[in-house]
Amino acid sequence: MPVISFDAVTKVYPLPAGDVVALAGIDLAIEEGEFVLIMGPSGSGKSTLLNVMGSLDVPTSGEVTIAGKRISRMDDDELTLMRRDHIGFIFQQFNLIPLLSVVENVEYPLILKGRRDVSRERAEEVLAAVGITESHFTHKPGELSGGQQQRVAIARALINDPDFLLCDEPTGNLDSKTGTAIMELLGRMNREEGKTVIMVTHDPRMTEYADRTIRLVDGRLA
Amino acid sequence: MTFFDLARRNVSRHWLRSILAVTGIAIGVVAIATLGIMGNSINLMFNDMVSDVGDTITVSPATRSGTTELTKRQVDDITRAVGANRAIPFATTFDSVTVGETKSGAMIYAIPAKDIPFLLDMEAGAYPKDTGSGCVIGKTLAENNKDTGLKLGARATIGNETLRVVGVLEERGMGFDINPDSAIVVPYSWYSNHYDKDTYDQVIVKVRDVNDLDAVKEAIEQKMNRRENVVTVMDTRGILKEVFAAVDSITVFLMGIGAVSLIVAGVSILNVMLMSVTERIKEIGVLRSIGTRRSEVMRMFIYEALILGLVGAAIGGVLSFGTGYMMTAVFSGNPDYFFNPTSLLYIVFGMAFGIGMSAVSGIYPAWKAAHLNPIQALRHE
Ligand SMILES: Nc1ncnc2c1ncn2[C@@H]1O[C@H](COP(=O)(O)OP(=O)(O)O)[C@@H](O)[C@H]1O
Ligand SMILES: [Mg+2]
Repeated sequence: MPVISFDAVTKVYPLPAGDVVALAGIDLAIEEGEFVLIMGPSGSGKSTLLNVMGSLDVPTSGEVTIAGKRISRMDDDELTLMRRDHIGFIFQQFNLIPLLSVVENVEYPLILKGRRDVSRERAEEVLAAVGITESHFTHKPGELSGGQQQRVAIARALINDPDFLLCDEPTGNLDSKTGTAIMELLGRMNREEGKTVIMVTHDPRMTEYADRTIRLVDGRLA
Repeated sequence: MTFFDLARRNVSRHWLRSILAVTGIAIGVVAIATLGIMGNSINLMFNDMVSDVGDTITVSPATRSGTTELTKRQVDDITRAVGANRAIPFATTFDSVTVGETKSGAMIYAIPAKDIPFLLDMEAGAYPKDTGSGCVIGKTLAENNKDTGLKLGARATIGNETLRVVGVLEERGMGFDINPDSAIVVPYSWYSNHYDKDTYDQVIVKVRDVNDLDAVKEAIEQKMNRRENVVTVMDTRGILKEVFAAVDSITVFLMGIGAVSLIVAGVSILNVMLMSVTERIKEIGVLRSIGTRRSEVMRMFIYEALILGLVGAAIGGVLSFGTGYMMTAVFSGNPDYFFNPTSLLYIVFGMAFGIGMSAVSGIYPAWKAAHLNPIQALRHE
């Protein structure tokens, strides 16, 4: 069974000037363990697609199944728990919580799940796995370099052992050397841990890490 | 790390505006507690007066009866009406008092000698007797005339007759029946002879059991006022009831002022919280996207408001001890009233009001934060 499947999914934003069709009938399935790239011009619907996959947004019509559950009739709490327990988000701007230290940022999703007993220990394990040294654990995110912050964000996305990782241009804010290191890390997570990775990118060089590429034009698969 | 920690850290991250919000709450709590304590002290002060004279009924000529005097017959009727309770008639006048070379004037109370011990306590000397020519003087009068020689044992000439001061009365304070502190008390028999009078101004009835007060009043009314209103019967409780009502409304008014200042403080918390939400929109979007529920976001912001409220209330509570004590001392002259549990309760009340106000002010911003659209919040710069 696919981790994510879309069946005739549309997303329409009703605006006073007329409806904006961000997704115009998408059918797709992503299997466990795949590394999938999403590419397309600006405004083609890539972020919208990712948001629906991440149960941050619900489709206007069609059916989305995530980790075996249909999301169209879920209420806000159910969608939130879906994100918490099944999905790992990685953002272009890292989006770490400035009030929390590195290790606290990483353990946060586990604490949300009520696992304070193991959260610190697990966070330290995952941080080590993404290449953050112990001396940085108690730093605030702002005291780290961009590459280090994105590693911490990856650790935070991994800590609840999600069914898949959603990455919206994760290397967009990094220099190419650091970006490559991050891609290596994600590629390793995919190959060695079998993590499903779905990534929006503009960088054609990323295709070498991916199993396949989904191309979007005007909200349709091309 | 908990939602409470996040709230606490955000409060200390913006320490300056947090201090301002906390100060507002503290001032509000101090205002409400201090003004409440002030009103309460005045109340307690009157309360103490009641227990001094709470068993007293006064009978005086009715205003519309055309006379300001009670006859011997009327006094006898009243005495019979009150049964076993003691009826003490008295008359007053004002006359010149000469001691040695010094001549001045004083209020004179004429009370039957046998009744004086039931109404007044002596500080020094003895009660005057019907047979002798002795008088007693009030405490204040004695103190004010130390130099002129009006003191225990002195000879005082009232009008043209000389009396000996045989005693000094204990201080009695403001009363609803008589105020002998600055007066001279003489036996009624002397007054009657000296001024050739046999009428009285008023009758004070000392009721043995306070529960009988209404029954005794009723008995006097029945006896005296059956056909027409001859006398006015008042009890100190009735008078005090009105005083209390006035004092209560003063207290409510004072606390109202305090409440207004707390509401202003609440608005400042509301403002701080709205700022806190607005500048953290992106952060809220992140928290929501990685699985934080609405109720959890809400809790985080309510905690933040509560921390400001709790700290403000605690500081305000401590300060209220100082200001409350001072105000009590100034307005009632008796700082002990401050330690009365009813007074201290106003501090608790002020603090509870402050904390409640903060929590209420936090609800809307917290709700707003919890109901942000996560996608739009994430996009927010
Ligand atoms: N919240 C929204 N309200 C209205 N229109 C939106 C909203 N989000 C996206 N859109 C529109 O939907 C289309 C797809 O947007 P998006 O998914 O962000 O594209 P991409 O990520 O490929 O640049 C665009 O035309 C965009 O303007
Ligand atoms: Mg986009």
